[in-house]
Amino acid sequence: MPHIDVELERLREKLLEMWDLVDYQLTSGRDAMMNADHELSQRIIKLERKVNSFDIKIDRMCENFFALFTPVAVDLRAVLAILKINTNLERIGDTAEGMARFVCKLDRPFDPELVELTKVLVMYDEALAMFRECRTAFVKDDPKHAKQIIKMDKALNKIYRKSDVVIAKYLQANPDRIPEGLALLSIIKKLERVGDQVTNMAEEIIFYREAKVVKHRRKKKKKE
Amino acid sequence: MTKKYSKLEAINLDAYYGDFHALKGINIAMEEKAVTAFIGPSGCGKSTFLRTFNRMNDYIDGFRIEGQILLDGRDIYEKDIRVDELRKEVGMVFQKPNPFPKSIYENVVYGLKIQGIKDKKILQEACETSLQQAAIWDEVKDKLDKSALALSGGQQQRLCIARALAIQPSVILMDEPASALDPISSAKIEELIYDLKKDYTIVIVTHNMQQAGRVSDHTAFFYMGELVEYAKTKTMFTSPKDTRTQNYITGRFG
Repeated sequence: MPHIDVELERLREKLLEMWDLVDYQLTSGRDAMMNADHELSQRIIKLERKVNSFDIKIDRMCENFFALFTPVAVDLRAVLAILKINTNLERIGDTAEGMARFVCKLDRPFDPELVELTKVLVMYDEALAMFRECRTAFVKDDPKHAKQIIKMDKALNKIYRKSDVVIAKYLQANPDRIPEGLALLSIIKKLERVGDQVTNMAEEIIFYREAKVVKHRRKKKKKE
Repeated sequence: MTKKYSKLEAINLDAYYGDFHALKGINIAMEEKAVTAFIGPSGCGKSTFLRTFNRMNDYIDGFRIEGQILLDGRDIYEKDIRVDELRKEVGMVFQKPNPFPKSIYENVVYGLKIQGIKDKKILQEACETSLQQAAIWDEVKDKLDKSALALSGGQQQRLCIARALAIQPSVILMDEPASALDPISSAKIEELIYDLKKDYTIVIVTHNMQQAGRVSDHTAFFYMGELVEYAKTKTMFTSPKDTRTQNYITGRFG
């Protein structure tokens, strides 16, 4: 294998290690949320430091790659994509940490009725599925798969858009559960951000493989 | 590819060294006052192609071409073309600096003297202007009567560029002009190319991909005598269309 490919492979492996760590944060976050598990939430919060060190390490590896290999064409796009996916993974890690901090403030699990009404679990599962599918698309260098992932974000947005009305209604009927309702609203907002961040990552896979810039396209269409 | 004026053009160009088919059906139009880089592995035909623009290959036994090479729309292989006049229009700089064993001044004005210009004032003015254009005036202005061979390699190459500029060509062909130079001298040549394209059409052959990326506006990739891809340099180095181009510029050829 040419030296440049060996170095690129090392970069990809490092990114996938980080991906798995953030996956653990997100997956555990779901359990912590459902069970108001403070101990698990603390573990998720602590992992953020490890995610940050991955972020710095990958940044440095990319910097070295640029300096030593002066990549062009597909190699250049690969490193640019890795750099941006790294940033998005770090932010998803931050988001998971943020959700865990909300869970730490809960003194009991969310009311099952509220969970059902808001569809927060459906949203969580969809966000997790997007996150994992995106990893597969990256491993397989598959831009078609990445395009499918971008479409999945619609489901998250739909739930998010309805969430404030649903929660407001619930709180009117259950005024003693205001902190719980507000915490869940914040978690839903954070899950919506996860969808956006995974979309960004999928767009980078398309850029890397097809040399096409697809980000901001939907906004452009709307303006037209 | 471009709506700008095409200074140089090749139309259905084939070139042969005896039985060897060195260039195959090349079609390309190169923009005026821009830099075009030719890249490709050794033996791909890029230098052969470069040399067709000032008919340097004419001296090679068994060399022949089919098709056309147009300079300002005129076929330079037509029978009534005077090759010496053509070379006034199309200057050339080679890989290895090749100053004459004469003074710096004599090197620069050599081409003008051959043309019969004897007026010292004209020659001195041309010498200064050319050396300034070649970004070497400040380094040699106090030793114009000294031997050109005493200059460093990088200075010698800029002197050769000044010598090419003195006869006021409109096209400059450069065959790996910085490959024998250290990084600082090489950077100076690149800066010079960047400055010269305001007034000249430049075609450069280079094996240095980063150099092609830095100095050229358009890049042509040659492989086994064929022009595989020709595009804006930015496009070639970010999203080349042909797999062979991608493999070459990323160093994965063969």
